[in-house]
Amino acid sequence: MRRRSQGHAALAFTVPVLVATFAFLVVPTVAGLLLSATDFDIYALADLRNLRLVGLGNYAALAHDPAFWRAVGNTVLLAALGVPAAIGTSLAAALLLDSATVRWKPVWRLLLFAPYVTTLVATALVWRYVLDTRAGLLNDALLLVGIAPVDWLGDPRTSIPATLIFIVWKAFGYNMLVFVAALATVSPELREAARLDGAGPLARFRHVTLPAIGPALVLASVLSVANFLQVFAEPYVMTHGGPAESTTTILYFMFDQGFTWWNLGTASAVAVVLFIAILALTAVQARLAREQEWL
Amino acid sequence: MRGIARTLALAALSLATATPLAWMVSVSLMPKGAAATFPPPLWPARPTLANYRELLFDHAGPGGGVTGYHIAGAMLNSTLLAALATVLGLALTLPAGYAFAKLRFTGRARLLQALLALAVIPAQVALLPLFLMLKWAGLINTYAGVLVPGLAGIYGVLFVRQAALAIPHEMLDAARLDGASEWRILMRIVLPLLRPTVVTLALFTFLASWSDFLWPLIAITDQRLYTLPVALAAISREHGQDVELMMAGAVVTTLPVLLLFAALQRFYFSGVLGGGVKG
Repeated sequence: MRRRSQGHAALAFTVPVLVATFAFLVVPTVAGLLLSATDFDIYALADLRNLRLVGLGNYAALAHDPAFWRAVGNTVLLAALGVPAAIGTSLAAALLLDSATVRWKPVWRLLLFAPYVTTLVATALVWRYVLDTRAGLLNDALLLVGIAPVDWLGDPRTSIPATLIFIVWKAFGYNMLVFVAALATVSPELREAARLDGAGPLARFRHVTLPAIGPALVLASVLSVANFLQVFAEPYVMTHGGPAESTTTILYFMFDQGFTWWNLGTASAVAVVLFIAILALTAVQARLAREQEWL
Repeated sequence: MRGIARTLALAALSLATATPLAWMVSVSLMPKGAAATFPPPLWPARPTLANYRELLFDHAGPGGGVTGYHIAGAMLNSTLLAALATVLGLALTLPAGYAFAKLRFTGRARLLQALLALAVIPAQVALLPLFLMLKWAGLINTYAGVLVPGLAGIYGVLFVRQAALAIPHEMLDAARLDGASEWRILMRIVLPLLRPTVVTLALFTFLASWSDFLWPLIAITDQRLYTLPVALAAISREHGQDVELMMAGAVVTTLPVLLLFAALQRFYFSGVLGGGVKG
């Protein structure tokens, strides 16, 4: 009797969110796979009778589209430069926050984390002006140390690093918190013992700290790659994908195909490619998590 | 000695991190054109609220007609949508998260596995078909259309479940022996126990909805329904040269969430660290 009333309650408690998940996540995801096998465009949008199946045609077309490969290349470059920069900044800030002798920690933690909760579009705009060639704060600061003004967002060679400065600024606080928590698990006795054995700061970091936080570092890096694969609003607001398509990311390319040109079939194929890439990353992550448990 | 050096290093890093935000506020208070002078000024010589007035209220346009940026409307849209997303999200995920943790029912383990598997789907994959579905349902350019993707609250369910696992079964069974209904147990026993989790999840949901950009950009084409990020991006495409005005827009967009975060940071930080969802 009691068991049955629990069953009824569980049904009432879980069905709404399960139905919502099915309708607004599972169905559209499957529909996305199907859509990627069609030539859905503005004519099909007007009248579904214009829709044709093209099989893997969209994928074949993408494979021969230099603009798509450009977007892939830009995204890979973002991740390749961005992951070490972001993880490195998070780790440096966490190591500083971790030392026992530092004062007013909650204040620094709050200030360092604040960018993470800001609204991306708003702070991307702020950075567009901070990175401005003439009136921007960054060039102004660089001038103090004798570096000539750089056209950060206007030069295809610097647009990716400039976008990265903003992305790292916005995001490093999150992994900083994760790393501070991981560092708290390093045994103080072990650190002290290493010190008494005459290990310098670098050797202690290499042999005591790093093994303890290694798993957290690796996991954060994998998740960070997944986040870099999904960069969109930053180029949309800061550079409109330019100059010369140098900041067009995969997701920006998808948005452009889908909602500027209404090539929803092509855009869906891009979405599926992105999905597969993220799925592969998740597999890597799951495998790393399993290996950690064996250690 | 080392403590002082490290404190100074952290202070310098914090200062550098906070500078763009402080500069945003400072420039928003400058009269038109003041920020574009060289070298860029760090604070306004004569602070003014003119940019906020121009942004929030309609004014005479260049052609003589009345123009405006609809920012006051966007603030209202963003606030209502974030509040609705939060209330709906909690209503859907709290009972479900609790049920997956504590109620015994057939299929529980399998459903949970399915949810965990679905959690890997990135939201972007569903965007294009979702747009078509809502277009055919006539929900493009409605609040409902903006809210819909957020209702698939897998993360929320797993987050609540993780917290609810710690509730002792004895407590719930005692209430059942007293004749309390499952609904009453949820409202009177479980929710009060989960209060910190509820606050954390509400905060996360509100902030995520407030800052969301890609989906509202797709689901809304009517200016009067723009959320703040969408409105801001649209204004910046037309009035990008007006730095002071844009910074005022950035302030009204980001200051509310910064204040909310600062007031509830305890809940936020515990969510980041304790919220690690485990399968």
